[in-house]
Parts: sequence; C-alpha cells; structure tokens
Amino acid sequence: MNQPEHLRRQELLAGVRDTLPLLLGALPFGMIYGALAATSGLSFAAAVAMSALVFAGSSQFIAIGLIAAQTPVAIIVLTTLIVNLRHMLYSATLLPHLQHLPQRWRVPLAFWLTDETFAVTVHRFQKDDASPDKHWYQLGSSIAMYVNWQFWCFLGLLLGQRIPDAQSWGLDVAMPVTFIGMIIPFVKTMPIAVCVLVAGAASLLTLAIPYKLGIVLSALAGIVAGLSAQRLRASHPAGER
Amino acid sequence: MTGSDEVWLIAGMAAVTFGIRYLLFALAERIRLAPWIMESLKFIPPAVLTAITLPAVLLPKGEWFVSLANPYLLAALLTLAAGVLTRNLLATIAIGLAAFFAHRLLF
Repeated sequence: MNQPEHLRRQELLAGVRDTLPLLLGALPFGMIYGALAATSGLSFAAAVAMSALVFAGSSQFIAIGLIAAQTPVAIIVLTTLIVNLRHMLYSATLLPHLQHLPQRWRVPLAFWLTDETFAVTVHRFQKDDASPDKHWYQLGSSIAMYVNWQFWCFLGLLLGQRIPDAQSWGLDVAMPVTFIGMIIPFVKTMPIAVCVLVAGAASLLTLAIPYKLGIVLSALAGIVAGLSAQRLRASHPAGER
Repeated sequence: MTGSDEVWLIAGMAAVTFGIRYLLFALAERIRLAPWIMESLKFIPPAVLTAITLPAVLLPKGEWFVSLANPYLLAALLTLAAGVLTRNLLATIAIGLAAFFAHRLLF
C-alpha cells in the first residue's frame, strides 16, 4: 500500500537529480551576489535575509547595484517588480499542471519558482506519462535550488568581506552560460527556433528601454513570432515538419 | 542604508516577488486560459531565457563588445557548441565556465 509514497519519493529525487547541473551554474552566481553585497553597504544580516526571503537571483543583483548607487527603497522595489514580471509568464505555463493542487502546495511552489526550476520542471510536465505526482518533481528541484542558493550566497558574503576584488573575477558569466545550456533542449521545432531568433533580436533592439522592461517585450515578440510560424506551418501542411 | 530601510527593502522585494509568482496560482479556480494562450505557453521559456542571455553576452558591462576578445561571448559560443554536441547540461555548463576562465587567464 505504500506504492504511491514510493513513487512520490522517486519524483522528488528525480527533480533533485535533474537540477544538479544547474546547481553548478548557480554556484558562481551566488558567490558573486554575496561578494557584491558585502561591498554595497547592505548589512550581512540583510544580505542573507534577501537571499532567504526574496530568492530571485537577477533582481537581487540589480538591487545590490541600486543600493550601492544610493537608490531610494521604493525605486528598488518597483524595479524588482518589473524584473520579475517574467515569473508571471512562468506561472501561467505551470497553471494547467498545478491548478488541481491545494494552496498548501501552490504557495511554496510559487515562492520557489525560479528560472532554473521552471525550465527543468516544464520538461517533466510535458512528458506524456500519466504520473499524478509530477508536482513532487518540482518540489525536489525547488528545494535543491533553494538550499544551494543560500549556501553559495553565504559563502560569497564571507569571502567578499575578506577578498575585496572578488567582484572583478567575472563570476557573473555563470548566468549566460547556464541559461544557454537551458535554452538548447527547448529548441526542437522550427517555430521555437523562430521564437528564439526573434526574442534574441528584439532583446538587442530594446536595450534603451529602462528597468529591463525590454526583456518582457522581447519575450512577447518571440512568443508572437513562434505562434505565427506555427500557424503558418499548420496552414501549409505540405511543408516539412 | 539604515536598519529600517533594510527591513522595508527586503519586505517590499519579498512581497512583490512572491506576489508575481503566486497571483495566477492563487486565482487558479477562476482562470480558464484561452486556447491561443495555451498554445503560446511552450514559447515562453526559450523566449524569456534568450532575451535575458543575449544582451548579457554581447554587452557584458553595458557596452557593446562584439569580438572574440570578449570572454563572455567566447564562453557563450563554446557553451552553445558544447550543448548542441553533448546534449548534456552538466558538461555544457562546465565547458562554458572553463572556457571563460581559460580566456581570462590567457589574455
């Protein structure tokens, strides 16, 4: 009778396992956050609390930069809102898979929703096996990302206090490297390739738009282009797939 | 930054971040996504990730730097090649990071 429990544990562990490579990518990212925070004027306790309670890498980075530039709190919070708008696109994607769950599941899975966990979990939800426990997979990925992020941020803070020039090492390269690794498995069809090309081109054309709003606009441009390519292909069934 | 500023900063950032992530989950019972939205969902992850990544690689410090002397661009190209060839995420990320630091050590 403990068969379902066994399957849940399997899902949880698979979520952790498939997230392991992304933990490597988050390592330098978390370290440099800690190192930058140590020199930005934010207290040690506040830098730890930000990682624990906000848990959103890129907006934490931007916040640190804005704190160092003496930006008012309200502006930093508003910038966080805009930079994290993309997460609403993520939750829209996961909604059909999670809407049957009680709030005690939805609340923690929302809190832990990062780019990495989203990218890993989407592949699991898209597999067509009928497992009713795929949310356990997302839970495993979420916990792995959370624990890993806290650890490397903390270590970065400790090091940042000792090694003042750690921020010049270029550890921020981890973000694009990890993201490229995450993009590749999605590009399996022509419409998605079109989507990626258009989103990329748009991201370079919208650089002048403040507060990183260009990211959301470029993503929308890519989505519209991909959708159009898909419609076009569907209306010409003679074309290759 | 004063102690109370820090409290407001973190409370505000935590509230807006969680709010964005949770809003649709909270309203799930009252939302039915239109078919065209359902159809467009699969484009979201690659679109967002690409829109974040490309500027970070071509303008690593906020200025255009399109050259193989740009370690971010070189690392990105090798990451892309490694990803397409190996189809292994761990190897891909490890090769990309190694390429970056090798470039920085050598040049």
